[in-house]
Amino acid sequence: MKHTLVALVQDKPGVLNRVASLFRRRAFNIESLTVGHTDQPHVSRMTIVIDSDNTSAQLVEANLAKLVNVIDIQDVTQQETISRDLALIKVRVDAAGRAEIAQLAEIFRAKIVDVANDSVVVEATGDEDKIDGLVELLRPKGILEMVRTGRIAMVRGNQARKNTNGHYNGNGNGNGHVARDVGVSSV
Amino acid sequence: MPKLAGAQILWECLVREGVDTVFGYPGGAILPSYDAMLQYPIHHVLVRHEQGASHMADGYARASGRVGVCVGTSGPAATNMVTGLATAMMDSIPVVAITGQVGTKVIGSDAFQETDVTGVTLPVTKHNYLVTHVEDLAETIREAFYIARHGRPGPVLIDIPKDVQLAQTEFEYPTHPIHLPNERLLEKYVPQEYFARAAEMIAAAERPVILAGHGILLSGAMDEVMEFAEKTNTPIALTLLGIGGFPAEHPLCLGMMGMHGGVYVNEAIQNADLLLAMGMRFDDRVTGTLKTYSPHSKKIHFEIDPTEINKNVKVDLPLLGDLKESLTKLNPLVRAKRHDAWWEHLRRAMQADPIRDVLDWESPDGLMSEHVVHDIWTATQGDAIVVTDVGQHQMWEVQYYLHNKPHTLITSGGLGTMGFALPAAIGAKFAQPDKEVWVIAGDGGFQMTMAELATIVQEKIKINVAILNNGYLGMVRQWQEFFYDARYCATPIFSPDFAKVADAYGIPGYVVENRDDVMPILDEVRASPGPAVIEFRVKMEDAVYPMVPAGASLHEMIKREKVPQSV
Ligand SMILES: Cc1ncc(C[n+]2csc(CCOP(=O)(O)OP(=O)(O)O)c2C)c(N)n1
Ligand SMILES: [Mg+2]
Repeated sequence: MKHTLVALVQDKPGVLNRVASLFRRRAFNIESLTVGHTDQPHVSRMTIVIDSDNTSAQLVEANLAKLVNVIDIQDVTQQETISRDLALIKVRVDAAGRAEIAQLAEIFRAKIVDVANDSVVVEATGDEDKIDGLVELLRPKGILEMVRTGRIAMVRGNQARKNTNGHYNGNGNGNGHVARDVGVSSV
Repeated sequence: MPKLAGAQILWECLVREGVDTVFGYPGGAILPSYDAMLQYPIHHVLVRHEQGASHMADGYARASGRVGVCVGTSGPAATNMVTGLATAMMDSIPVVAITGQVGTKVIGSDAFQETDVTGVTLPVTKHNYLVTHVEDLAETIREAFYIARHGRPGPVLIDIPKDVQLAQTEFEYPTHPIHLPNERLLEKYVPQEYFARAAEMIAAAERPVILAGHGILLSGAMDEVMEFAEKTNTPIALTLLGIGGFPAEHPLCLGMMGMHGGVYVNEAIQNADLLLAMGMRFDDRVTGTLKTYSPHSKKIHFEIDPTEINKNVKVDLPLLGDLKESLTKLNPLVRAKRHDAWWEHLRRAMQADPIRDVLDWESPDGLMSEHVVHDIWTATQGDAIVVTDVGQHQMWEVQYYLHNKPHTLITSGGLGTMGFALPAAIGAKFAQPDKEVWVIAGDGGFQMTMAELATIVQEKIKINVAILNNGYLGMVRQWQEFFYDARYCATPIFSPDFAKVADAYGIPGYVVENRDDVMPILDEVRASPGPAVIEFRVKMEDAVYPMVPAGASLHEMIKREKVPQSV
């Protein structure tokens, strides 16, 4: 089963290295990892997707929580989330075939963002299944090149996954996050 | 506000952390800090190799419970420390390592003696820092000590470029409370009902066993564990690093579990219906293959580190947090138990396979390491701090030296670092100057760090060194004997005349070949005010029994074939 973890980390040199090094050292298998800015200065946000069939989500979460530079970490798999993947797909197509590609793109609410003599670049945004669907349809046409960002995710509603003042204040306010409990298996 | 250089701020902060002794070695990139050291009440122990410095800081921490500090220059000094940091990391030892670094302007340019030290040490430290602004130095040092000793302890490295040591800034020692970015994530919340549930499981158990690990000592939970064990009459098995956390001679103590643990200890674990894992992490050396590990038991895991829960062994009830606190909550909830049938069974098993099987044996073919360890135990009345190296002698130490008091055995468990004993013993002696300190090392491991004999002499400290010379890398030879048809590849090892080596350093050296000579020499050495090195020429092809072969089930132990008859 796919798990999505969202982490807020200090935006400092070496932090990404610490996260990557942890995954390597513990032999955690990561499906995707995205990093980007947040609304808060000095805080980056990571979305980490793992397949819990081969890597325990609970252990990944607990290990990340031990990294000093990690401000928050939560497994949002069980929550209602919006998740998005962005893809740029370069497809081989001559002038005659363009219309068909444009039509396909339209169905997927994707855009054609570049047109050349013998190719177009399609930009698509959506959850991964949708992108996968588009990719499968385009593949027979001849995909020349593709890049995908990997999943980014956000919980719906007004539960904000951030700390209020942009600098960790140690008071534990900001997101109603209760202290962690690793849970009980069968007793 | 006064302006101080980074080098001064370093010592200002260390002194305020209670540091009075550091183990180190100077060099170009740390020179400003060495120069500033002269103004501060710091005793610097000059080592002979920076690996020694990191092991000394480690031994100091293990013997005192305080943070051990080692210092070195950039590049090769820092890389020399890596083994000691990895050793401390595996055994959760609070160490702070200070390294000099090339100037910030040239970082990344392959400058002379530049190494990416924070990169190299990232996986073998709990956290590390490269300080690029002198203004951050004081806060960083405070944080480093906090991290080293807080929660599950571990080593922290601070890499300080030379120009940061030289740069000046206004200095006021920060006093505000430390808040780490992740601190909220480490808060441990255990629902009260978990303790009630634990108490129920304990009440229902008929064959419980406590698995006591290093956490007892790190948490200082000796009294609480004792209270729990005595109230519930539960047998206690110890991990290697748990030794000393519960008195070896207490009737509830079974002894060490695992690869070279007692047959009856491992069988008790395999047959148990409840395991109470207290501050231990189900390392492969104590579980054998996980497929068959204690198949009938429920498991309660008292553990401070959430990443250890369900890592190797699935547990039924995790009790996160400091062991002392958890037991303080649990003890009032548990009811007295006797477990007569279980004890009856265990006592019989203990008698069938005593762990000290050659205790009363008169060896026909030379001095036995087991007897030497036993005699050191007798001579010191079990009251010395014994620092072992890694190998067969380490396991015999555990079997034949009974530790009744905490922090009296210092040994590299998780990493199994040969060369650990001598430098770690020096650190321990600085932590406990009034205690008798013994090194028990093999001929192989001792040669890895024996240069530190010079440190003993220069520092005028008394450490007694027992080298059990079997002419082999004995533990590896044993594996070759058992699992590689006795093809002894690269395990016979030449050694110098250790007594002469000692002599060259100005340390009295002794050679002992007969059992009858052991006690008199031990008495002589203990009575003398200075250090001593004793080479015991022991039986060459003895093996440590019993043994769980790697990958086998915990109860599938190789036992000594001819159990020697007592005379
Ligand atoms: C630094 C290091 N290198 C290699 C090993 C593998 N190893 C484990 S025990 C051992 C033999 C130790 O020999 P010795 O010091 O003579 O002790 P003995 O087993 O003979 O008592 C070796 C080589 C190790 N543990 N540490
Ligand atoms: Mg040997």
